[in-house]
Amino acid sequence: MAGLAAAGLLAMAAATAQGPRYGIGRPATAEETAGWNIDVTPDGAGLPAGHGSVREGARIYALACASCHGANGGGGAVERGPPLAGGRGSLATAHPDKTVGSYWPYATTLFDYIRRAMPYNAPESLTADEVYAVSAYVLYLNGIVAEGAQLDADTLAKIRMPNRLGFKNAYQEETRGLWR
Amino acid sequence: MAPIDPASRRRALGFLRGGLMAAASMALAPVSASGTGTDGTAQGLPPDVPEWMRHPGRSILSPPYGVPSRYESGVVRRPPADFAFPGAAESLTPLQDLHGIITPNGLHYERHHAGVPDIDPDAHRLIVHGLVERPLIFTMNDLMRLPSVSRTHFLECAGNSWHLWEPEKVDPRWTVQHTHGLLSCCEWTGVRVADVLAEVGVKPAAQWVLAEGADAAAMDRSIPLAAMLDDAVLAYAQNGERLRPEQGYPVRLLLPGFEGNTNVKWLRRLKLGDAPFESREETSKYTELLPDGTALQFFFVMEAKSVITRPSGGQRLEGTGFHEIAGLAWSGRGRIRKVDVSTDGGESWHAAALQEPVMPKCLTRFRLPWTWDGRLALLRSRAEDETGYVQPTREQLAAVRGTNSHYHYNGIVTWRIDAAGAVSVAA
Repeated sequence: MAGLAAAGLLAMAAATAQGPRYGIGRPATAEETAGWNIDVTPDGAGLPAGHGSVREGARIYALACASCHGANGGGGAVERGPPLAGGRGSLATAHPDKTVGSYWPYATTLFDYIRRAMPYNAPESLTADEVYAVSAYVLYLNGIVAEGAQLDADTLAKIRMPNRLGFKNAYQEETRGLWR
Repeated sequence: MAPIDPASRRRALGFLRGGLMAAASMALAPVSASGTGTDGTAQGLPPDVPEWMRHPGRSILSPPYGVPSRYESGVVRRPPADFAFPGAAESLTPLQDLHGIITPNGLHYERHHAGVPDIDPDAHRLIVHGLVERPLIFTMNDLMRLPSVSRTHFLECAGNSWHLWEPEKVDPRWTVQHTHGLLSCCEWTGVRVADVLAEVGVKPAAQWVLAEGADAAAMDRSIPLAAMLDDAVLAYAQNGERLRPEQGYPVRLLLPGFEGNTNVKWLRRLKLGDAPFESREETSKYTELLPDGTALQFFFVMEAKSVITRPSGGQRLEGTGFHEIAGLAWSGRGRIRKVDVSTDGGESWHAAALQEPVMPKCLTRFRLPWTWDGRLALLRSRAEDETGYVQPTREQLAAVRGTNSHYHYNGIVTWRIDAAGAVSVAA
């Protein structure tokens, strides 16, 4: 890994030191980039304008999510989508239940993933308000926000998830799977 | 009068003759094309002349894109289970039926998160932006104008062999396709990521790169910039032809030695940032739960692993005497240095021969001649890579990782051969 990092640094110097070597590719316009720039990071960067409430989220969830994930986020009985709620305190047991509430370290990831990939049969079909609302409802199912909560870019980024400190960065720590 | 080139004359005559014979064979070909009689016994064995020598075979271009012999119809990818969402699923490479190290393109394992998109390469774009001097947009023609490289590397799904974490759930009828089939190896051709990043100019603050696909999940992973600059490739070809749709046509990220899902397919966007982007696939999924309830994140490298593919689960030794033991070894950290094989469950080990060339982050074929005496045998292989990492036993792995890691299982597997020669997995 040290060798990889050293080689990376050398290449990094080459990638930063000079102008384009081949002049291939054209400038990406701000408009082009904006349409594809859909990632949301833990600091809230990338969250759009808009807002949504738990109450609105419950309505959208029933229409767009419940058929796979179950009425209360417990997992679909027929379509077998993964459970979204429950499992708190199960991670160190013989039968861990990894859900948004028990496992996910960042609430921003919920907005990011719903917007890019859900519902499975119609991704990128929900409006920003609808994604905020569904995110709020899933967090409510996990007891992370109150029933009267409304989320926007500011409030979503401030949510601290229960398993925020549950992860070790194996790349930085050279964990090597703990077995040498 | 121009001199006649004997070679071109032969070619012309051969062409004519072939055409005539093809026409004749269409008219005269017997109805039965089988080498087996109605009673099931083989026909045309010595001293008889086999049926397929009694008329010319089929013509060229039938079909224009060649396919395997119909007698190989059982060599196909298979799913490990029924999936609720067949587009968010996987299929397994039939390692037990393959030879050497290259996986034919139609047999490369699949793992998709929202199906295989049908992408017109002329309508595909790659945007590179974020912490760069010059955000750029590339067409496929742009990417293919840049200097190209070809490299042979394995791809292994992070979840390969995950059943073996819980041996009590292993079905002894499983083949190596079931236990290890999320593994393939191709020659990949494309452009170095370092060359593309030189075109956009990396800003000093950049540390991580988000790679995002153009599938219906917009599947995305954060990759350390150092790894992208080291040996990453934007691959547009595999084994000499353009990527198959299942492998990311028209262009995918190839990160040699990294877990399969980071090699983002149908690549549409690279965004440079100063920290990981924390996507769902690197938090909720593809993280490894440990016994204390914490999890490993960004555990990218597929560590040294090996498996015997012949004899392996579901096969049967045809009698005592000579049998070659053959298998595959690989490491995401570099070259395989050694493979040891045991036929007595790990009591004694023998060094296997490694097929040259042994390439880094690539499958390596190993072989050991063996004489089976007809008694119970327990076959194991153990790989060591050039960093000195030795493939662990399941017990060694479970002692440090527990059994809820799900991903990155690289323990030694045991094939049990009973007195009748039947091979089954003993996990």
